[in-house]
Amino acid sequence: MSDIMTAKDLNLWYDQTQALKNVSIKIPEKSITAFIGPSGCGKSTFLKTLNRMNDLIPSVKITGEVCYNGQNIYDSSVDVNELRREIGMVFQKPNPFPMSIYDNIAYGPRTHGIKSKVKLDEIVEQSLRDAAIWDEVKDRLKKNALGMSGGQQQRLCIARALAVKPKILLMDEPTSALDPISTSRIEELAIELKKSYTIVIVTHNMQQAVRISDNTAFFLLGELIEYGETEKLFSQPVDKRTEDYITGRFG
Amino acid sequence: MLNKKRKAYTIAMKAAMYISTGLTAALVIFLVAYVFVKGIPHISWELLSTKPSYISGRIGILPDILNTLYIVLATLIFVIPLGVGAAIYLTEYAKNKKLVGIIEYAAETLSGIPSIIYGLVGMLFFCQFLGFKTSLLAGSLTLVIMNLPTVMRTTQESLKTVPQSYRDGAFGLGAGKWRVIRTVVLPGCVDGVITGCILSVGRILGESAALLFTAGFAHALNGIFEGLTSPGASLTVALYVYAKEQGEFGVAFAIAAILMILTLLINFSATLVSRYFAKKREL
Amino acid sequence: MKKNKTIERAIHGVFLILGLLTVGCVLLITIYLVISGIPAIAEIGLFDFLFGTEWASTAAEPKYGILPFILTSVYGTAGAILIGVPIGFFAAVYLSKMANQKVKAFMEGAVSLLAGIPSVVYGLVGMLVLVPAVREIFDIPDGASLFSAIIVLAIMILPSIIKVSMTALEAVPKEYEDASLALGATPVETYFRVSAPAAKSGIAAAVVLGVGRAIGEAMAVMMVSGNVPNMPSLFQSVRFLTTAVASEMSYSSGLQQQALFSIALVLFLFIMLINATLNFFLKKEKD
Repeated sequence: MSDIMTAKDLNLWYDQTQALKNVSIKIPEKSITAFIGPSGCGKSTFLKTLNRMNDLIPSVKITGEVCYNGQNIYDSSVDVNELRREIGMVFQKPNPFPMSIYDNIAYGPRTHGIKSKVKLDEIVEQSLRDAAIWDEVKDRLKKNALGMSGGQQQRLCIARALAVKPKILLMDEPTSALDPISTSRIEELAIELKKSYTIVIVTHNMQQAVRISDNTAFFLLGELIEYGETEKLFSQPVDKRTEDYITGRFG
Repeated sequence: MLNKKRKAYTIAMKAAMYISTGLTAALVIFLVAYVFVKGIPHISWELLSTKPSYISGRIGILPDILNTLYIVLATLIFVIPLGVGAAIYLTEYAKNKKLVGIIEYAAETLSGIPSIIYGLVGMLFFCQFLGFKTSLLAGSLTLVIMNLPTVMRTTQESLKTVPQSYRDGAFGLGAGKWRVIRTVVLPGCVDGVITGCILSVGRILGESAALLFTAGFAHALNGIFEGLTSPGASLTVALYVYAKEQGEFGVAFAIAAILMILTLLINFSATLVSRYFAKKREL
Repeated sequence: MKKNKTIERAIHGVFLILGLLTVGCVLLITIYLVISGIPAIAEIGLFDFLFGTEWASTAAEPKYGILPFILTSVYGTAGAILIGVPIGFFAAVYLSKMANQKVKAFMEGAVSLLAGIPSVVYGLVGMLVLVPAVREIFDIPDGASLFSAIIVLAIMILPSIIKVSMTALEAVPKEYEDASLALGATPVETYFRVSAPAAKSGIAAAVVLGVGRAIGEAMAVMMVSGNVPNMPSLFQSVRFLTTAVASEMSYSSGLQQQALFSIALVLFLFIMLINATLNFFLKKEKD
């Protein structure tokens, strides 16, 4: 499997504080990569550098490079909007827009210039089906999305991200606000989606990383400590700090 | 790359935002500059310190300055206790949610009523029905009603920041409700009262329509007690009369410049005070 | 002990009265306007009063039709909204979402100043700058017109529109905006397609507040609108509901004065309707 995304010597500062130190990583295509580590370790920050969501914070400074399909995404010639379209994101807290379910899904395609009603209907249905929520919502597409349960909202957000046909889906602790049943549905969905998408997921839940991911990266204090196949990382960690963390000695 | 349509949209929206903001800024700068340029040369010690005299053809705005001052003082003296009392009732006594809702709706309604209507009702009620005639007092009482919601709201806001535990502590010591209010609640509303005063003074200084038929147009020089019972023009009303009926634009602009300076001062002190209170609350 | 209770009760009573003061004031205003406004309407006839197109209160055979005033107020307000709302809205979006701290602080000060400037000052500047300019530019005999009044009103409602819209826009959760950006929308697209719709009740409240301000303004429009009871037309002198009351009150008596009270009653009803609408949007915004 080829690597769809690579980072090389990535450093990131918030004003004076360095939040990421020399992170280098290769993320293989059509797999699930999990980022774990104690809170404040930089895993979410790193995730956000992958589709340049950190650009929105004025005090952030970044050095090093992140390549997507061989192209450095921090290069000045890169259109960040096009980039974010290819690298979608699902957030910690479900954040549907205060609009109808249909308009939520159609928002992305419309933004990117799709106007035809037929085409939009098709995309909405397909995205909702892909996110395994179609049957639950097909009769109330015109209802406000804020009326759904938290788990449904999160799957709606996944469907919304899928609607612009991304290649990669970044998930920032997508289940931390959800109950166990909704969580397991999202996990099943992630495994299903990896057939066609590359998924990078930040999780504070190590069982979740074990259950769904192919590769796991362990972050500590802004550094990538260890990265490898999930099974191997959890059974025979190389670094002492990884071992301490996964055996629950800190964090 | 963004397609042409999206690019055009972004540029158009950005342009609209820049133009709108720039226009607003330009407008404010123009207004301030124009009023100052036209008004300040006409401000003289003679203008500020004398009353108008038809015999010598002199115009002085001292009576209008004093009238404004009297109106501000009289209004505040009435509106503070009333507004604070209303706020205390709402936060400390009222248990019935419906009643609170009605009172707050009434306050909202009062702040939405145009000043000309206040002027009219003030004229009917204070000048005619209560027999105060056209006088600064009648004008002030009209302004009391106008500013009641403001003082009430700012006091309410500051009372909300008095921790419930203070009240509980005082009650726990066996203090009666009135004692608790006097010792614990009232000191907590100083912030709100001051903010309310500043906002009210701003509104009083700028008010004209409500004073036209309640306080009148006279330019007589009076002491405060005599002044309150006789008619008199505030600075704003004087501006209106000089500009619209007498064509004395120099004087009108001088008054406008004075009002502008006062508005600036009030805005400035409101910002300072709110910053100071925000800091105090953090501690 | 017993004495204490009586005192407490008395104090409670005093505060109750103070609390009910606002309600009392609203009732007082309503009752006074209704009582003093009805007689003239009864005498003139509701239909002739509201839909009469001619106001000639001092003529030998006086006519009391206030349709010109109603329409002028409605058109004037609509015009002010049409000009003021877009400017205020775009400025609010810029200031709440894009402007840097310095620009924002300066503009907030500027907008507060705009809100604090007395209406007679707007009237004065309007009279001496705007009215002559309108006369020159549009080549009309008198610049004191509905058009001039609309411009002044548009400026006067700007601060409310900007402030209230900004508050609403700033309250939009950042999560909405992040989601939109992550879908590849540009920041500008995000502000107008996600943030603004999410803040729509607040923005609607801002517009309604502007309507209330515009329809209730008296002194500034009195100084720039020419104050002639014509049926409204953009470049003619006109008279608003507010200025109709203000301009004749000082010398009126009898039926003429009563008719002015009736005009105030009509204005009051407009305002009550606007207040109810405003309250509706504010409640919605809170939820």
